[in-house]
Amino acid sequence: MEAGTSVATGSRPTIGRLPAVRRQDVVFENGLRLVAGLILALIAFFFVRLYVEASPAFQRFGLFGFVTTNDWDVSRELFGALPLLVGTLITSAIALLIGVPVAVAAALFASELCPRRFRGPLTIVLELLAAVPSVVYGLWGVFVLIPNLQGFERWFASAFSFIPFVGGGAVRGPNYFIAGLILAIMILPIVSAISREVIATVPQDHKEAALALGATRWEMIRTAVLPYSRAGISGAAMLGLGRAIGETIAVTLVIGNAPTIGKHLFDQGYTLAAVIANEFGEAANDPIHRAALIAAGLVLFVLTLIVNAGARYMVRRAARGVRAPSGGRAAAPGAAAA
Amino acid sequence: MTEVATKAKRVTLGGLNAYYGDSHAVKGVDLEFAPNQVTAIIGPSGCGKSTLVRCVNRMHEELPGARATGSVRLDELDVYGPSIDVVSVRRTIGMVFQRPNPFPTMSIFDNVAAGLRLTGTRGVKLRERVERSLIGAGLWEEVKDRLDAPGISLSGGQQQRLCIARTLAVEPEVILMDEPASALDPIATLRIEELVEELKQRYTIVIVTHNMQQAARVADKTAFMLSGELVEIDSTERIFTTPSDSRTEEYVTGKFG
Amino acid sequence: MSELIHLSAVRRRRDMLMRGLLAAATALAVLPLALILYLLLKKGLGAWGASFFTTDPNGNFLGDPGGIKSAILGTLEIVGLATVIAVPLGIAVALYLVEIGRQGRFAGAVRYFVDVMTGVPSVVFGLFVYITLVLTGVGGGFAGWKGSVALGLLMLPIVTRSAEVVLLLVPDSLREAAIALGAPRWRVALRVVLPTALPGLVTGSLLAIARGAGETAPLLFTAAIVQGTSFNLGQRMNSLPAQIFNDVGQAQDRLVARAWGAALTLVLMILVLTLTARLAARRSRLA
Repeated sequence: MEAGTSVATGSRPTIGRLPAVRRQDVVFENGLRLVAGLILALIAFFFVRLYVEASPAFQRFGLFGFVTTNDWDVSRELFGALPLLVGTLITSAIALLIGVPVAVAAALFASELCPRRFRGPLTIVLELLAAVPSVVYGLWGVFVLIPNLQGFERWFASAFSFIPFVGGGAVRGPNYFIAGLILAIMILPIVSAISREVIATVPQDHKEAALALGATRWEMIRTAVLPYSRAGISGAAMLGLGRAIGETIAVTLVIGNAPTIGKHLFDQGYTLAAVIANEFGEAANDPIHRAALIAAGLVLFVLTLIVNAGARYMVRRAARGVRAPSGGRAAAPGAAAA
Repeated sequence: MTEVATKAKRVTLGGLNAYYGDSHAVKGVDLEFAPNQVTAIIGPSGCGKSTLVRCVNRMHEELPGARATGSVRLDELDVYGPSIDVVSVRRTIGMVFQRPNPFPTMSIFDNVAAGLRLTGTRGVKLRERVERSLIGAGLWEEVKDRLDAPGISLSGGQQQRLCIARTLAVEPEVILMDEPASALDPIATLRIEELVEELKQRYTIVIVTHNMQQAARVADKTAFMLSGELVEIDSTERIFTTPSDSRTEEYVTGKFG
Repeated sequence: MSELIHLSAVRRRRDMLMRGLLAAATALAVLPLALILYLLLKKGLGAWGASFFTTDPNGNFLGDPGGIKSAILGTLEIVGLATVIAVPLGIAVALYLVEIGRQGRFAGAVRYFVDVMTGVPSVVFGLFVYITLVLTGVGGGFAGWKGSVALGLLMLPIVTRSAEVVLLLVPDSLREAAIALGAPRWRVALRVVLPTALPGLVTGSLLAIARGAGETAPLLFTAAIVQGTSFNLGQRMNSLPAQIFNDVGQAQDRLVARAWGAALTLVLMILVLTLTARLAARRSRLA
């Protein structure tokens, strides 16, 4: 490429400018390379700094002990993050359970059933859900969901008390279920946007094949659309999981912030992200508490890294399609939505 | 598989018009596809021949902005009639597409069984029907030992016969083929043509093709279309030797298209 | 012939049922947005008064708690600086990926880690900036510009990912034409590639800004103290999300009312940004 430039300019009379031009290009290229390299350095620095700052907690409680001890008690300076980890997992699981079916259904409706002229507006409305800030969801959760869902929660807890983890305790105001429900709403736009992109890659050929066999619309979705996009939709769900795990402010406002493992669905709890946001003020001058919170942040970071890496892998593989392994570097779906 | 010749049905198009948005793709066509015969539709690209057959099983209306008017009668019943269910129409009038399109996530067996499972066929009966369809499509001997292999692991020609087997499995009465061999090599094409010859014993077959030799080899009757209109239909022999319209003659002798 | 008329009743019913379910789920998905917007308008507009936008929060426990002037200004300043950090850097990284790195191994690594960054929870960015800038006491403790850095880190990968997509859409023939004229590559990149992709870059940047503007967690650790009425980015600074977070936590009607009013303000700002971005994207695609 460098040669190309010199040949092109070489035929011009201003030969004297040639080295200058090349120098400019070298500066330009290396400048950009440096900026890009900065990203890698930043991530590495990021990880190292978090680890160093968290290490007092790991030294005191052990790396393994930190995440497996069920005892988070600030006053006794005991920091076992198991209740937080469990809370994060429970709320995220609820979010997936509620959010993913709704998101995928909405994606299917928008791509396969909705009259064509309503598709654009519907898509925009679904994406606007992502425009509502976390703190506003929290506000809504505190003043609308918590008071208004109490009756439903009590009914649900007693009607389905035979299901483990559902019944068997008083329904608290802030609880796992409310947090999970809000997370479900918050992951809806990304899961549905990426599902929609994946569904759009299903070749018309396959859909027509199903219809020509005498399939109804739903049967076409089941035979041609869903099997083809299954991997991509799983990837979308995992990206949603990554979001749910890391979501902070809305959860902080509605989970009750009790550092114990809740006994049932409608009990209070805590999550890794929420504990960081909530206890940071008081931890500023207590090194071990601060280290424990940073350690919680590190656990959260690693957790989201694993989930997101898996999700990206699945979405990318799905984007390449079952039949056409493209050598191109088309951006994976979700690039814009992410 | 019983009394064969009685099963096939006559298809009659009456004043059929098809549109894509503002463009008028098929213009007032009257045409008859006789039972147990192969009718070929030939014509230059864009003459509306694919659109025409897609109107017969109402696949045309699946495309955005597409609509059709007129009638398509299966014996006496108009498939565009008010009480007709479009899904049943497609079950009765099967279709094979230009590019082989087996479901990529399904095995050979599941591909053939796909249409049957929709109506709840299961167990031994399902296996029998799959086997019979694969035999009917001339693919059984080649795949009987690897029914669990993915459908897309087959060669192009085999995939197309798999698609034919998939169509046969739901026991249609009419089979529409939209340039079924255009994506295949000559040997695979020949296999498909032999198969068409066998299938007409039991079905009414309509085959769209841009390949005049193919029409001459497989069709009993041939229709020639130009710019959305039917120019003429006659026995294949007459179309290729002594057509009554000069435009047909120009086309079959290679003067245009 | 009757089979042509009658799809089996079971299948027809199942089809109708499933279509109905999918439609219902879609309605369910849209419902929260409608509910939230309705409540925001109802409760938020009630809080909007003459002095709401012109006074600062004053910390009074009783009586008038003040308005949200400093929060609005703080959000504008913090997000503005974050944009100045994230947009040029983010586009530069995308430019590297598309124009120079391409399919190389280093570019692959950069692309992967940009992906990784999009998945990092915002609270972790806040922690990181807290550790590196607040704890170390660079330029004092909490400061507005540190909030900008945290938001910038969050926005950068979003800018890069969307910019990469649009830069890839610039046809190679344009680049080749310019290079054939003897233009140096940096000039081709800056004068040909970037202007061609400009509408898409603007869209991506606006979406990133909208995302950054709504974030609370990173600001809690870096910039935000609600009492702060300073407009100096070098000091503690108020912001809309932090203000809302703080007010929600207080069991006092007037503070809660202020939270709704501030939330309406914030959501309107973000909706305008988002819709502008989407409409701009739509128009440029049509052109």
